[in-house]
Amino acid sequence: MINFGNVSKRYPNSYDALKNITFTIETGEMVFVTGHSGAGKSTLLKLIAAIERPTSGSIIVNGQNVAALKGAAISILRRNLGLVFQDQKILFDRSVFDNVLLPLQIGGFDPKAATGRVRAALDKVGLLDKEKARPITLSGGEQQRLCIARAVVNRPSILIADEPTSNLDTDYARDIMDMFRSFHQVGVTVLIATHDAELLGGAQQRILTLDHGKLAA
Amino acid sequence: MSAWLSHHSYALALALKRLVRTPFSSLLSIAVMGIALSLPAGGYMLLGNLQTFSGHISGAPQLSLFMALDANRDEAAQIESRLKQHPQVASFQFVPKDSALQQLKQGNGLADVVDSLAQNPLPDAFVINAKSTVPEVLGSLRTEMQKWPKAEHVQLDSAWARRLDALLSLGRVAVLILAALLSFALVAVTFNTIRLQILTRRDEIEVSKLIGATNGFIRRPFLYFGAIQGVAGGIAAWLVIALGIYLINGALADLALLYAFDFRLHHLSSEDSMSLLLFSTWLGWLGAWLSVASHLWQIEPR
Repeated sequence: MINFGNVSKRYPNSYDALKNITFTIETGEMVFVTGHSGAGKSTLLKLIAAIERPTSGSIIVNGQNVAALKGAAISILRRNLGLVFQDQKILFDRSVFDNVLLPLQIGGFDPKAATGRVRAALDKVGLLDKEKARPITLSGGEQQRLCIARAVVNRPSILIADEPTSNLDTDYARDIMDMFRSFHQVGVTVLIATHDAELLGGAQQRILTLDHGKLAA
Repeated sequence: MSAWLSHHSYALALALKRLVRTPFSSLLSIAVMGIALSLPAGGYMLLGNLQTFSGHISGAPQLSLFMALDANRDEAAQIESRLKQHPQVASFQFVPKDSALQQLKQGNGLADVVDSLAQNPLPDAFVINAKSTVPEVLGSLRTEMQKWPKAEHVQLDSAWARRLDALLSLGRVAVLILAALLSFALVAVTFNTIRLQILTRRDEIEVSKLIGATNGFIRRPFLYFGAIQGVAGGIAAWLVIALGIYLINGALADLALLYAFDFRLHHLSSEDSMSLLLFSTWLGWLGAWLSVASHLWQIEPR
Protein backbone atom coordinates (compact mmCIF):
# COMPACT_ATOMS: atom_id res chain seq x y z
CA MET A 1 0.00 0.00 0.00
CA ILE A 2 2.85 2.37 0.83
CA ASN A 3 6.22 1.66 -0.75
CA PHE A 4 9.42 3.73 -0.46
CA GLY A 5 12.20 2.84 -2.92
CA ASN A 6 15.63 4.43 -2.28
CA VAL A 7 14.05 7.72 -1.23
CA SER A 8 16.31 10.64 -0.36
CA LYS A 9 15.29 14.14 0.60
CA ARG A 10 17.70 17.04 0.62
CA TYR A 11 16.38 20.46 1.64
CA PRO A 12 17.53 23.55 -0.30
CA ASN A 13 19.98 24.41 2.45
CA SER A 14 21.71 21.11 1.55
CA TYR A 15 20.55 19.42 4.74
CA ASP A 16 19.90 15.72 4.14
CA ALA A 17 16.67 14.87 5.96
CA LEU A 18 16.34 11.34 4.56
CA LYS A 19 19.02 9.13 3.03
CA ASN A 20 18.20 6.18 0.81
CA ILE A 21 15.09 4.97 2.62
CA THR A 22 13.42 1.73 1.46
CA PHE A 23 10.44 0.03 3.13
CA THR A 24 6.95 -1.31 2.44
CA ILE A 25 3.80 -1.02 4.54
CA GLU A 26 1.05 -3.53 3.73
CA THR A 27 -2.67 -2.78 3.73
CA GLY A 28 -4.12 -2.86 7.24
CA GLU A 29 -0.78 -2.61 9.02
CA MET A 30 -0.18 -0.30 11.95
CA VAL A 31 3.33 1.13 11.92
CA PHE A 32 5.17 3.51 14.25
CA VAL A 33 7.97 5.75 13.05
CA THR A 34 10.33 6.71 15.87
CA GLY A 35 13.64 8.46 16.26
CA HIS A 36 15.22 11.47 17.88
CA SER A 37 13.95 14.92 16.99
CA GLY A 38 15.33 15.90 13.61
CA ALA A 39 15.71 12.27 12.53
CA GLY A 40 13.37 12.84 9.55
CA LYS A 41 10.05 11.46 10.87
CA SER A 42 7.98 14.47 9.78
CA THR A 43 9.69 14.62 6.39
CA LEU A 44 8.88 10.96 5.80
CA LEU A 45 5.19 11.50 6.54
CA LYS A 46 5.04 14.69 4.43
CA LEU A 47 6.50 12.81 1.47
CA ILE A 48 3.57 10.38 1.54
CA ALA A 49 1.04 13.23 1.28
CA ALA A 50 3.15 15.06 -1.35
CA ILE A 51 3.54 18.02 1.01
CA GLU A 52 7.28 17.59 0.40
CA ARG A 53 8.76 16.12 -2.77
CA PRO A 54 11.65 13.60 -2.71
CA THR A 55 15.01 14.56 -4.16
CA SER A 56 15.35 11.05 -5.54
CA GLY A 57 13.65 7.65 -5.31
CA SER A 58 10.07 6.51 -5.77
CA ILE A 59 7.11 6.64 -3.37
CA ILE A 60 4.13 4.47 -4.28
CA VAL A 61 0.86 5.08 -2.41
CA ASN A 62 -2.26 3.16 -3.47
CA GLY A 63 -0.47 2.20 -6.68
CA GLN A 64 0.40 5.79 -7.64
CA ASN A 65 3.89 7.25 -7.81
CA VAL A 66 3.44 10.24 -5.52
CA ALA A 67 6.77 11.76 -6.57
CA ALA A 68 5.42 12.28 -10.10
CA LEU A 69 1.96 13.66 -9.19
CA LYS A 70 1.03 17.21 -10.14
CA GLY A 71 -1.80 19.70 -9.47
CA ALA A 72 -5.25 18.22 -9.03
CA ALA A 73 -3.87 14.65 -8.76
CA ILE A 74 -2.13 15.68 -5.52
CA SER A 75 -5.43 17.03 -4.16
CA ILE A 76 -7.18 13.76 -4.95
CA LEU A 77 -4.38 11.75 -3.31
CA ARG A 78 -4.71 13.85 -0.13
CA ARG A 79 -8.49 13.31 -0.01
CA ASN A 80 -7.83 9.59 0.30
CA LEU A 81 -5.47 10.07 3.22
CA GLY A 82 -6.41 10.97 6.78
CA LEU A 83 -3.83 13.46 8.04
CA VAL A 84 -3.24 14.53 11.64
CA PHE A 85 -0.70 17.35 11.66
CA GLN A 86 1.97 17.98 14.25
CA ASP A 87 0.82 21.60 14.62
CA GLN A 88 -2.86 20.51 14.45
CA LYS A 89 -3.93 23.22 11.99
CA ILE A 90 -7.33 23.72 13.60
CA LEU A 91 -9.31 26.68 12.20
CA PHE A 92 -10.27 28.80 15.19
CA ASP A 93 -12.71 31.02 13.28
CA ARG A 94 -15.37 28.30 13.10
CA SER A 95 -17.08 25.69 15.28
CA VAL A 96 -15.89 22.15 15.96
CA PHE A 97 -18.59 20.91 13.56
CA ASP A 98 -17.43 23.18 10.73
CA ASN A 99 -13.80 22.13 11.21
CA VAL A 100 -14.75 18.51 10.67
CA LEU A 101 -17.09 19.43 7.81
CA LEU A 102 -14.32 21.05 5.73
CA PRO A 103 -12.90 17.85 4.16
CA LEU A 104 -16.43 16.87 3.04
CA GLN A 105 -17.05 20.31 1.51
CA ILE A 106 -13.78 19.91 -0.36
CA GLY A 107 -14.93 16.48 -1.51
CA GLY A 108 -18.17 17.98 -2.82
CA PHE A 109 -20.50 16.04 -0.52
CA ASP A 110 -24.23 16.60 -0.41
CA PRO A 111 -24.79 18.81 2.70
CA LYS A 112 -27.29 16.39 4.31
CA ALA A 113 -25.09 13.33 3.91
CA ALA A 114 -22.13 15.40 5.12
CA THR A 115 -23.92 16.34 8.36
CA GLY A 116 -24.46 12.69 9.19
CA ARG A 117 -20.84 11.83 8.54
CA VAL A 118 -19.53 14.71 10.65
CA ARG A 119 -21.70 13.59 13.59
CA ALA A 120 -20.50 10.02 13.18
CA ALA A 121 -16.86 11.13 13.21
CA LEU A 122 -17.39 13.37 16.25
CA ASP A 123 -19.15 10.49 18.00
CA LYS A 124 -16.20 8.19 17.38
CA VAL A 125 -13.79 10.58 19.10
CA GLY A 126 -16.28 11.47 21.87
CA LEU A 127 -16.86 15.11 20.90
CA LEU A 128 -20.49 14.88 19.77
CA ASP A 129 -21.69 17.08 22.64
CA LYS A 130 -19.16 19.79 21.67
CA GLU A 131 -20.06 20.18 18.01
CA LYS A 132 -21.19 23.80 18.43
CA ALA A 133 -18.22 24.75 20.62
CA ARG A 134 -15.39 26.96 19.46
CA PRO A 135 -12.12 24.98 19.24
CA ILE A 136 -10.38 27.51 21.50
CA THR A 137 -12.60 26.37 24.41
CA LEU A 138 -11.48 22.73 24.07
CA SER A 139 -8.76 21.13 26.22
CA GLY A 140 -5.53 19.95 24.59
CA GLY A 141 -6.75 16.36 24.43
CA GLU A 142 -10.08 17.43 22.95
CA GLN A 143 -8.33 19.54 20.30
CA GLN A 144 -6.28 16.50 19.32
CA ARG A 145 -9.44 14.40 19.07
CA LEU A 146 -10.96 17.11 16.87
CA CYS A 147 -7.97 16.71 14.53
CA ILE A 148 -8.53 12.95 14.43
CA ALA A 149 -12.23 13.44 13.65
CA ARG A 150 -11.31 15.73 10.76
CA ALA A 151 -8.79 13.16 9.51
CA VAL A 152 -11.23 10.22 9.52
CA VAL A 153 -14.46 11.94 8.39
CA ASN A 154 -13.59 11.12 4.76
CA ARG A 155 -13.21 7.43 5.76
CA PRO A 156 -9.68 7.21 4.38
CA SER A 157 -7.91 3.89 3.90
CA ILE A 158 -4.66 5.34 5.27
CA LEU A 159 -4.37 7.36 8.48
CA ILE A 160 -1.16 9.32 9.06
CA ALA A 161 -0.44 11.13 12.32
CA ASP A 162 2.59 13.25 13.14
CA GLU A 163 3.36 13.35 16.90
CA PRO A 164 -0.33 13.09 17.89
CA THR A 165 0.49 12.87 21.59
CA SER A 166 3.35 15.33 21.92
CA ASN A 167 1.53 17.93 24.02
CA LEU A 168 -0.56 15.55 26.13
CA ASP A 169 -0.03 13.98 29.51
CA THR A 170 0.23 10.20 29.68
CA ASP A 171 -3.45 9.37 30.30
CA TYR A 172 -4.69 11.52 27.43
CA ALA A 173 -1.90 10.17 25.21
CA ARG A 174 -2.99 6.61 25.94
CA ASP A 175 -6.59 7.54 25.05
CA ILE A 176 -5.45 8.90 21.71
CA MET A 177 -3.33 5.84 20.98
CA ASP A 178 -6.26 3.54 21.81
CA MET A 179 -8.32 5.52 19.32
CA PHE A 180 -5.76 4.89 16.57
CA ARG A 181 -5.67 1.18 17.49
CA SER A 182 -9.45 1.00 17.09
CA PHE A 183 -9.16 2.43 13.58
CA HIS A 184 -6.45 -0.11 12.86
CA GLN A 185 -8.76 -2.87 14.06
CA VAL A 186 -11.40 -1.96 11.50
CA GLY A 187 -8.88 -2.29 8.69
CA VAL A 188 -7.39 1.19 8.31
CA THR A 189 -3.66 1.37 7.56
CA VAL A 190 -2.20 3.54 10.34
CA LEU A 191 1.17 5.29 10.34
CA ILE A 192 2.17 7.27 13.43
CA ALA A 193 5.35 9.25 14.04
CA THR A 194 6.29 9.61 17.70
CA HIS A 195 9.37 10.15 19.84
CA ASP A 196 7.44 8.98 22.88
CA ALA A 197 8.97 5.54 23.48
CA GLU A 198 6.76 4.91 26.49
CA LEU A 199 3.67 4.63 24.27
CA LEU A 200 5.29 1.83 22.31
CA GLY A 201 5.96 -0.32 25.34
CA GLY A 202 4.07 -3.58 25.09
CA ALA A 203 2.79 -2.77 21.62
CA GLN A 204 2.98 -5.55 19.10
CA GLN A 205 3.15 -3.19 16.14
CA ARG A 206 5.95 -2.82 13.70
CA ILE A 207 8.38 0.04 14.40
CA LEU A 208 10.51 1.93 11.87
CA THR A 209 13.38 3.70 13.62
CA LEU A 210 15.05 6.64 11.94
CA ASP A 211 18.52 7.79 12.91
CA HIS A 212 19.92 10.93 11.24
CA GLY A 213 17.82 10.29 8.13
CA LYS A 214 18.71 6.59 7.85
CA LEU A 215 16.53 3.62 8.61
CA ALA A 216 17.95 1.64 11.54
CA ALA A 217 17.60 -2.12 11.22
CA MET B 1 -26.72 16.46 -5.99
CA SER B 2 -23.61 16.22 -8.12
CA ALA B 3 -20.23 17.19 -6.68
CA TRP B 4 -19.95 19.96 -9.26
CA LEU B 5 -23.22 21.58 -8.23
CA SER B 6 -22.42 21.12 -4.57
CA HIS B 7 -19.00 22.77 -5.05
CA HIS B 8 -20.52 25.77 -6.81
CA SER B 9 -23.38 26.28 -4.37
CA TYR B 10 -20.83 26.01 -1.54
CA ALA B 11 -18.64 28.68 -3.18
CA LEU B 12 -21.61 30.98 -3.83
CA ALA B 13 -22.90 30.60 -0.27
CA LEU B 14 -19.42 31.25 1.14
CA ALA B 15 -18.96 34.36 -1.02
CA LEU B 16 -22.35 35.75 0.09
CA LYS B 17 -21.52 34.96 3.71
CA ARG B 18 -18.23 36.84 3.44
CA LEU B 19 -20.00 39.77 1.80
CA VAL B 20 -22.64 39.96 4.53
CA ARG B 21 -20.18 39.44 7.38
CA THR B 22 -18.48 42.76 6.63
CA PRO B 23 -21.54 44.84 5.65
CA PHE B 24 -19.95 48.26 5.97
CA SER B 25 -16.90 47.63 3.82
CA SER B 26 -19.01 45.66 1.32
CA LEU B 27 -21.47 48.55 0.95
CA LEU B 28 -18.60 50.99 0.63
CA SER B 29 -16.95 48.95 -2.14
CA ILE B 30 -20.27 48.59 -3.96
CA ALA B 31 -20.92 52.34 -3.65
CA VAL B 32 -17.45 53.13 -5.01
CA MET B 33 -18.05 50.80 -7.95
CA GLY B 34 -21.53 52.21 -8.54
CA ILE B 35 -20.44 55.84 -8.53
CA ALA B 36 -17.39 55.17 -10.69
CA LEU B 37 -19.46 53.23 -13.23
CA SER B 38 -22.28 55.77 -13.22
CA LEU B 39 -19.97 58.46 -14.66
CA PRO B 40 -19.21 56.83 -18.03
CA ALA B 41 -22.59 55.07 -18.18
CA GLY B 42 -24.39 58.31 -17.34
CA GLY B 43 -22.36 60.13 -19.99
CA TYR B 44 -23.32 57.46 -22.47
CA MET B 45 -26.98 57.89 -21.50
CA LEU B 46 -26.78 61.70 -22.03
CA LEU B 47 -25.11 61.25 -25.42
CA GLY B 48 -27.83 58.83 -26.45
CA ASN B 49 -30.52 61.36 -25.49
CA LEU B 50 -28.78 64.21 -27.33
CA GLN B 51 -28.36 61.99 -30.38
CA THR B 52 -32.09 61.26 -30.48
CA PHE B 53 -32.75 64.97 -30.05
CA SER B 54 -30.46 66.02 -32.92
CA GLY B 55 -31.73 63.14 -35.05
CA HIS B 56 -35.25 64.59 -34.83
CA ILE B 57 -34.06 67.90 -36.16
CA SER B 58 -31.28 67.40 -38.67
CA GLY B 59 -32.62 64.88 -41.20
CA ALA B 60 -31.61 65.68 -44.80
CA PRO B 61 -29.52 68.82 -45.36
CA GLN B 62 -31.72 71.82 -46.07
CA LEU B 63 -30.96 75.37 -47.15
CA SER B 64 -33.19 78.32 -46.27
CA LEU B 65 -33.10 81.28 -48.65
CA PHE B 66 -34.57 84.45 -47.16
CA MET B 67 -35.52 87.24 -49.54
CA ALA B 68 -34.98 90.90 -48.75
CA LEU B 69 -37.97 92.43 -46.94
CA ASP B 70 -38.72 94.80 -49.83
CA ALA B 71 -38.64 92.05 -52.49
CA ASN B 72 -41.86 91.72 -54.51
CA ARG B 73 -43.60 88.73 -56.07
CA ASP B 74 -41.83 89.07 -59.44
CA GLU B 75 -38.46 88.95 -57.84
CA ALA B 76 -39.52 85.87 -55.91
CA ALA B 77 -40.69 84.27 -59.15
CA GLN B 78 -37.26 84.95 -60.68
CA ILE B 79 -35.54 83.09 -57.87
CA GLU B 80 -38.07 80.28 -58.23
CA SER B 81 -37.20 79.79 -61.89
CA ARG B 82 -33.45 79.82 -61.07
CA LEU B 83 -34.04 77.10 -58.50
CA LYS B 84 -36.08 75.03 -60.97
CA GLN B 85 -33.19 75.03 -63.44
CA HIS B 86 -30.41 74.51 -60.90
CA PRO B 87 -28.82 71.03 -61.25
CA GLN B 88 -27.99 70.73 -57.52
CA VAL B 89 -31.52 71.36 -56.28
CA ALA B 90 -33.65 68.28 -55.61
CA SER B 91 -36.81 70.08 -54.53
CA PHE B 92 -37.84 73.33 -52.94
CA GLN B 93 -40.80 74.93 -51.26
CA PHE B 94 -41.85 78.57 -51.30
CA VAL B 95 -42.93 80.01 -47.95
CA PRO B 96 -44.64 83.39 -48.50
CA LYS B 97 -44.23 85.89 -45.66
CA ASP B 98 -47.94 85.83 -44.77
CA SER B 99 -48.11 82.07 -44.19
CA ALA B 100 -44.85 82.21 -42.24
CA LEU B 101 -46.52 84.75 -39.92
CA GLN B 102 -49.57 82.48 -39.62
CA GLN B 103 -47.31 79.56 -38.62
CA LEU B 104 -45.60 81.69 -36.01
CA LYS B 105 -48.97 82.73 -34.65
CA GLN B 106 -50.23 79.15 -34.32
CA GLY B 107 -47.17 77.64 -32.73
CA ASN B 108 -45.14 78.67 -29.71
CA GLY B 109 -47.91 80.68 -28.02
CA LEU B 110 -46.69 83.93 -29.51
CA ALA B 111 -50.11 85.02 -30.89
CA ASP B 112 -50.32 88.10 -28.67
CA VAL B 113 -46.88 89.28 -29.67
CA VAL B 114 -47.58 88.74 -33.38
CA ASP B 115 -50.92 90.58 -33.18
CA SER B 116 -49.27 93.59 -31.61
CA LEU B 117 -46.92 94.02 -34.56
CA ALA B 118 -47.66 96.94 -36.91
CA GLN B 119 -46.36 95.14 -39.99
CA ASN B 120 -45.10 91.68 -40.94
CA PRO B 121 -41.39 91.49 -39.97
CA LEU B 122 -40.85 88.23 -41.86
CA PRO B 123 -39.42 87.89 -45.38
CA ASP B 124 -40.49 85.53 -48.16
CA ALA B 125 -38.41 82.38 -48.01
CA PHE B 126 -37.51 79.23 -49.91
CA VAL B 127 -36.78 75.93 -48.18
CA ILE B 128 -34.47 73.98 -50.49
CA ASN B 129 -33.48 70.31 -50.41
CA ALA B 130 -30.13 69.80 -52.08
CA LYS B 131 -29.18 66.67 -54.05
CA SER B 132 -25.79 66.36 -52.42
CA THR B 133 -25.04 65.92 -48.73
CA VAL B 134 -21.34 66.75 -49.11
CA PRO B 135 -20.62 69.78 -46.90
CA GLU B 136 -18.32 71.43 -49.50
CA VAL B 137 -20.98 71.25 -52.25
CA LEU B 138 -23.60 72.63 -49.89
CA GLY B 139 -21.23 75.39 -48.89
CA SER B 140 -20.57 76.50 -52.47
CA LEU B 141 -24.31 76.27 -53.25
CA ARG B 142 -24.93 78.61 -50.35
CA THR B 143 -22.27 81.09 -51.54
CA GLU B 144 -23.75 80.99 -55.07
CA MET B 145 -27.32 81.68 -53.90
CA GLN B 146 -26.13 84.47 -51.65
CA LYS B 147 -25.15 86.40 -54.82
CA TRP B 148 -28.61 86.15 -56.43
CA PRO B 149 -30.56 89.43 -56.60
CA LYS B 150 -32.69 90.21 -53.59
CA ALA B 151 -31.44 87.12 -51.71
CA GLU B 152 -30.78 88.60 -48.29
CA HIS B 153 -29.48 85.55 -46.46
CA VAL B 154 -28.94 81.85 -47.16
CA GLN B 155 -28.70 79.52 -44.21
CA LEU B 156 -27.41 75.97 -44.17
CA ASP B 157 -29.88 74.41 -41.71
CA SER B 158 -27.91 71.23 -41.13
CA ALA B 159 -24.81 73.16 -40.08
CA TRP B 160 -25.56 73.25 -36.39
CA ALA B 161 -26.77 69.66 -36.38
CA ARG B 162 -23.45 68.72 -37.95
CA ARG B 163 -21.64 70.66 -35.30
CA LEU B 164 -23.69 68.82 -32.66
CA ASP B 165 -22.84 65.50 -34.32
CA ALA B 166 -19.16 66.38 -34.24
CA LEU B 167 -19.48 67.32 -30.58
CA LEU B 168 -21.32 64.07 -29.89
CA SER B 169 -18.57 61.96 -31.42
CA LEU B 170 -16.05 63.93 -29.36
CA GLY B 171 -18.20 63.19 -26.31
CA ARG B 172 -18.26 59.52 -27.23
CA VAL B 173 -14.46 59.39 -27.25
CA ALA B 174 -14.37 61.17 -23.89
CA VAL B 175 -16.85 58.66 -22.43
CA LEU B 176 -14.78 55.76 -23.78
CA ILE B 177 -11.59 57.12 -22.21
CA LEU B 178 -13.42 57.70 -18.92
CA ALA B 179 -14.86 54.16 -19.05
CA ALA B 180 -11.43 52.64 -19.72
CA LEU B 181 -9.76 54.55 -16.87
CA LEU B 182 -12.51 53.86 -14.33
CA SER B 183 -12.72 50.19 -15.35
CA PHE B 184 -9.05 49.90 -14.57
CA ALA B 185 -9.66 51.56 -11.20
CA LEU B 186 -12.51 49.12 -10.46
CA VAL B 187 -10.38 46.11 -11.30
CA ALA B 188 -7.78 47.53 -8.92
CA VAL B 189 -10.38 47.98 -6.15
CA THR B 190 -11.54 44.36 -6.42
CA PHE B 191 -7.95 43.18 -6.72
CA ASN B 192 -7.14 44.81 -3.41
CA THR B 193 -10.30 43.62 -1.63
CA ILE B 194 -9.56 40.04 -2.63
CA ARG B 195 -5.87 40.38 -1.74
CA LEU B 196 -6.85 41.37 1.81
CA GLN B 197 -9.31 38.47 2.00
CA ILE B 198 -6.68 36.00 0.89
CA LEU B 199 -4.20 37.29 3.46
CA THR B 200 -6.72 37.07 6.32
CA ARG B 201 -7.71 33.56 5.20
CA ARG B 202 -4.19 32.24 4.96
CA ASP B 203 -4.76 29.48 7.55
CA GLU B 204 -7.99 28.31 5.96
CA ILE B 205 -6.39 28.18 2.51
CA GLU B 206 -3.36 26.31 3.82
CA VAL B 207 -5.42 23.73 5.71
CA SER B 208 -7.76 23.27 2.75
CA LYS B 209 -4.83 22.57 0.45
CA LEU B 210 -3.40 20.09 2.97
CA ILE B 211 -6.60 18.08 3.14
CA GLY B 212 -7.10 17.88 -0.59
CA ALA B 213 -8.64 21.08 -1.91
CA THR B 214 -7.81 21.80 -5.54
CA ASN B 215 -6.78 25.30 -6.57
CA GLY B 216 -10.15 25.62 -8.26
CA PHE B 217 -11.95 24.89 -4.98
CA ILE B 218 -9.98 27.61 -3.20
CA ARG B 219 -10.24 30.10 -6.07
CA ARG B 220 -14.00 29.76 -6.61
CA PRO B 221 -15.40 31.64 -3.55
CA PHE B 222 -13.11 34.60 -4.30
CA LEU B 223 -14.21 34.71 -7.95
CA TYR B 224 -17.87 34.56 -6.90
CA PHE B 225 -17.19 37.33 -4.41
CA GLY B 226 -15.69 39.55 -7.10
CA ALA B 227 -18.52 38.84 -9.52
CA ILE B 228 -21.24 39.51 -6.90
CA GLN B 229 -19.57 42.76 -5.91
CA GLY B 230 -19.35 43.64 -9.60
CA VAL B 231 -23.02 42.99 -10.32
CA ALA B 232 -24.03 44.92 -7.20
CA GLY B 233 -21.82 47.81 -8.34
CA GLY B 234 -23.53 47.71 -11.74
CA ILE B 235 -26.96 47.84 -10.12
CA ALA B 236 -25.79 50.73 -7.93
CA ALA B 237 -24.59 52.60 -11.04
CA TRP B 238 -27.95 52.02 -12.74
CA LEU B 239 -29.75 53.39 -9.68
CA VAL B 240 -27.45 56.43 -9.50
CA ILE B 241 -28.27 57.21 -13.16
CA ALA B 242 -32.01 56.66 -12.53
CA LEU B 243 -31.87 59.11 -9.62
CA GLY B 244 -30.00 61.65 -11.77
CA ILE B 245 -32.59 61.33 -14.54
CA TYR B 246 -35.43 61.75 -12.06
CA LEU B 247 -33.92 64.96 -10.70
CA ILE B 248 -33.01 66.40 -14.12
CA ASN B 249 -36.42 65.55 -15.61
CA GLY B 250 -38.07 67.40 -12.74
CA ALA B 251 -36.11 70.52 -13.67
CA LEU B 252 -36.71 69.93 -17.40
CA ALA B 253 -40.47 69.80 -16.82
CA ASP B 254 -40.35 73.38 -15.48
CA LEU B 255 -38.30 74.48 -18.50
CA ALA B 256 -40.73 72.72 -20.82
CA LEU B 257 -43.62 74.71 -19.32
CA LEU B 258 -41.77 77.97 -19.82
CA TYR B 259 -40.51 77.38 -23.35
CA ALA B 260 -43.18 75.03 -24.74
CA PHE B 261 -40.84 72.29 -25.89
CA ASP B 262 -40.88 68.65 -24.98
CA PHE B 263 -37.60 67.06 -24.05
CA ARG B 264 -37.17 64.40 -21.38
CA LEU B 265 -34.18 62.21 -20.57
CA HIS B 266 -34.65 58.47 -21.01
CA HIS B 267 -32.72 55.79 -19.09
CA LEU B 268 -30.43 53.30 -20.80
CA SER B 269 -32.28 50.81 -22.99
CA SER B 270 -32.76 47.34 -21.50
CA GLU B 271 -29.97 46.03 -23.78
CA ASP B 272 -27.60 48.75 -22.59
CA SER B 273 -28.60 48.17 -18.96
CA MET B 274 -27.89 44.46 -19.38
CA SER B 275 -24.53 45.27 -20.97
CA LEU B 276 -23.71 47.54 -18.02
CA LEU B 277 -24.47 44.75 -15.53
CA LEU B 278 -22.56 42.13 -17.50
CA PHE B 279 -19.59 44.45 -17.90
CA SER B 280 -19.46 45.35 -14.20
CA THR B 281 -19.79 41.67 -13.26
CA TRP B 282 -16.92 40.86 -15.59
CA LEU B 283 -14.80 43.65 -14.10
CA GLY B 284 -15.34 42.31 -10.57
CA TRP B 285 -14.59 38.78 -11.68
CA LEU B 286 -11.45 39.92 -13.52
CA GLY B 287 -10.13 41.83 -10.50
CA ALA B 288 -10.72 38.78 -8.29
CA TRP B 289 -9.14 36.44 -10.82
CA LEU B 290 -6.01 38.58 -11.16
CA SER B 291 -5.73 38.84 -7.38
CA VAL B 292 -6.16 35.12 -6.81
CA ALA B 293 -3.74 34.28 -9.60
CA SER B 294 -1.05 36.54 -8.17
CA HIS B 295 -1.47 35.71 -4.47
CA LEU B 296 -2.68 32.14 -4.09
CA TRP B 297 0.51 30.43 -5.23
CA GLN B 298 2.37 32.20 -2.41
CA ILE B 299 0.45 30.10 0.12
CA GLU B 300 1.96 26.65 -0.15
CA PRO B 301 1.53 24.38 2.86
CA ARG B 302 4.65 23.23 4.70
